[in-house]
Amino acid sequence: MYHWIPFWPDTAATNAIAVNNLFIAELGLSALIMVTVVGMMVVFCIRYRRGSSASRANLTETTWHFEVGWTTATLATFLVLFVWGAGMYVWLYQAPRGDIEIYVVAKRWMWKMEHPGGQREIDALHVPVDKTIRLVMASEDVIHSFFVPAFRVKHDVVPGTLETLWFKADKIGTYFLACTQFCGLQHATMQGKVVVMSGPDYARWLTQQGVHESLAQQGEELFRAHGCSGCHDKNSTVHAPSLVGLYGTMVHLQDGTVRVADETYIHDCIFNPRSFTVAGYPPIMPDFSGQLNEGDVLKLVAYIKSLGHPEERAK
Amino acid sequence: MSVTTAERVPQGDPVSAVPNYLTAENTIVSWLFTKDHKRIALLFFASITFFFFVGGFAATMMRLNLATPEGLLQPAVYNRMFTMHGIIMVWFFLIPSIPATFGNFFIPMMIGARDLAFPRINLASWYVFNLSGLVVLYALVMGGANTGWTFYTPLSTIYANGYVFAAALAVFINGFSSIMTGLNFVVTIHRMRAPGMTWMRLPLFVWGIYAVSVVMLTATPVLAMDTFLLGAERFLGLGLFDPTHGGDPLLWQHMFWFYSHPAVYIMILPGMGVVSEIIPCYARRPVFGYAGMTIALMSIAILSFFVWAHHMFVAGISIYSAIVFSLMTFFVAVPSAIKVFNWTVTLHKGRIVFDAAMLYALGFVLLFTLGGVTGLMLATLAVDVDVHGTYFVVAHFHYIMVGATVSAFFGALHYWWPKMTGRMFPEGIARFAAILTYIGFNLTFFPQFVLGYLGMPRRSYTYPAQWQSWNLLSSAGASILAIAYLLPLCYLGWSLFKGRKAAANPWGATGLEWTTPSPPPQHNFKRTPVVELGPYSYNPEDGSYISQDGTAHAG
Repeated sequence: MYHWIPFWPDTAATNAIAVNNLFIAELGLSALIMVTVVGMMVVFCIRYRRGSSASRANLTETTWHFEVGWTTATLATFLVLFVWGAGMYVWLYQAPRGDIEIYVVAKRWMWKMEHPGGQREIDALHVPVDKTIRLVMASEDVIHSFFVPAFRVKHDVVPGTLETLWFKADKIGTYFLACTQFCGLQHATMQGKVVVMSGPDYARWLTQQGVHESLAQQGEELFRAHGCSGCHDKNSTVHAPSLVGLYGTMVHLQDGTVRVADETYIHDCIFNPRSFTVAGYPPIMPDFSGQLNEGDVLKLVAYIKSLGHPEERAK
Repeated sequence: MSVTTAERVPQGDPVSAVPNYLTAENTIVSWLFTKDHKRIALLFFASITFFFFVGGFAATMMRLNLATPEGLLQPAVYNRMFTMHGIIMVWFFLIPSIPATFGNFFIPMMIGARDLAFPRINLASWYVFNLSGLVVLYALVMGGANTGWTFYTPLSTIYANGYVFAAALAVFINGFSSIMTGLNFVVTIHRMRAPGMTWMRLPLFVWGIYAVSVVMLTATPVLAMDTFLLGAERFLGLGLFDPTHGGDPLLWQHMFWFYSHPAVYIMILPGMGVVSEIIPCYARRPVFGYAGMTIALMSIAILSFFVWAHHMFVAGISIYSAIVFSLMTFFVAVPSAIKVFNWTVTLHKGRIVFDAAMLYALGFVLLFTLGGVTGLMLATLAVDVDVHGTYFVVAHFHYIMVGATVSAFFGALHYWWPKMTGRMFPEGIARFAAILTYIGFNLTFFPQFVLGYLGMPRRSYTYPAQWQSWNLLSSAGASILAIAYLLPLCYLGWSLFKGRKAAANPWGATGLEWTTPSPPPQHNFKRTPVVELGPYSYNPEDGSYISQDGTAHAG
């Protein structure tokens, strides 16, 4: 739509189209403000230069009504921009469930992507066109930021928690992916590509990766290997909350707060269980932060989520 | 009231007739232990000029490196360059730039006082500043810090192996200098105004410095706490910012920006004050909406404390707090917009003279406006998500902090140079430098808006090859800008020795500082002036004006 504008970046996602419209409106407004200010300045500077004979009589003495006028005008304009931008932000930053969920681990200095089927890639992300892609992102060290200019989406990846982001690419192609939060020596090379493919191409690509185990299955293995199942299985004698159907529900904690059991919650419970003791259960879960890395936790999260969707588990 | 001679003809005492603050004492000791605010201002001048060129050297290396995607510097060196560029330019040039030099020199003179309220604290501020400067130079010489000037945790606490602690310590110490200077101005402006100098007769520069001093006093302690905790975490492993110990990396950002966003206004408010002096003087017309200008200054100072999290819209803060901070950011833009309109309309029915100081001031208004409208884009949440962390942001804050503030600094330098040194500079070359600054600045930083919207991340030593032409343009502009910044050093230096002797009031300005000889005597005024009217009593119809002490001058 805006390709006729010189130096315009690729626009390849539904998110990007919305941001484009807002940005164009702001560019227009900025141009209007600049033209007004520069125009007034040039006209006054020429007309009222020292040598000119223009009349300086009747200098404006009371100024408040001008000032009230342009205060009101700017405030009203700014409020329109605010509401427009804030509404879109809520839409951009509340990730829907998504057709495909991809787990992203940021690590100095690479992006590790894990597809639900267990396919893995580094510094590249293959996705199908016209599907809502939901990213669940973790950092193993410092703060990184996931940025795809062509989709106009960005979110910091802060260590110690999980962040989510979504996009829906609408144009087949290869797009630039970068880290936009300075993360140390090779920050400038922590870049990659997002490859948007047609549905059949994507399906073919998935099968060519030679993977046999889905992410949830890998998570299930970790679940057993690290002894999680010893307490959380339904046959266990230990008094621990069941994880079946947990994902997406409201959890009442010992301290009285209520949390939505999203990816971040599950992640935080594994790394910092004492802060998230569930009401009615003893605080006996050990801290797993020494034993598991962010990649492992993402697999566990995938597994626990799959417990909530029997159809997914059947696969 | 007496009528004296025309304003643009040399007048008043010859420099040598009465001893002035420069000639009264000549020893090195008399300079190092001076309690004269004017001499301390010059001491600060020497210090910050030195740091301006250190920071400028780092910027030069960065632009040289970015001229090609392959680059020139090792990644580790580049990372240290932009870190030191940021730290030095922010804390060792921009924050003290106008307050500690022109504020120090002219606040007492403009309110009709003999000195600041606490001359010894003023001198101590300079020593503390230099101590912090030595620490930052130590960090620089030893190899530099490599975290960016924002010291984001946990990169700065756990991962960075440079001289992060020394750099943070320098920032910590530097804050005390800021606080001392700010405190001194607040007390001076409250307590030491000459008879008749009511609040609503204060020149807008004094209002600007007052607003900035309040911000310095209240915001800087938070930075001190934050850098203290950073040091403690690095040495003792407290875990405050470390998620593996239950800490929160974002806590650093909240505290850092609680200081550093107001700090942006510490950098721009004095510039606004300077421009509000220059434009009426060279337009020979009262400033449009004096009361509105003071309200705008104070509103900006107060609102600046409630916008800090707009640096964190993509950092994972709650959606609701992001919405509140976006709204507050739009609010703080309103008084800034009012100021731009008022400056512009001040030209209406003026009798405009395009001297160097005026060219810098007009440049300030244009660059500030461009920085302001791009600031609106960044305040808009959905657009910030796109351009945050890219060169768009780099361009935006350079328009404000360099384009606007440094233009105001040079404007002030040319406006008050005759008063400070007693010498006139060559006007032609000064105008040329002002125009060159404007051209060089836009060539350097406008391409960075484009690069940012195309998606180029900041703090990167390399970039995809398709962005080279914009980067090359930016580097070329930077070389022009460098010349424009070096030129004043040459002709102002020359004018110190060879410049024509300056009259007491070469520009025909109305402030009290112009009622005393150039350079001023040791205690500014022979007799404490009595103020009879507000600032900017210029009459554009015949070019006449009335000084604040009530003396009328013909056009």
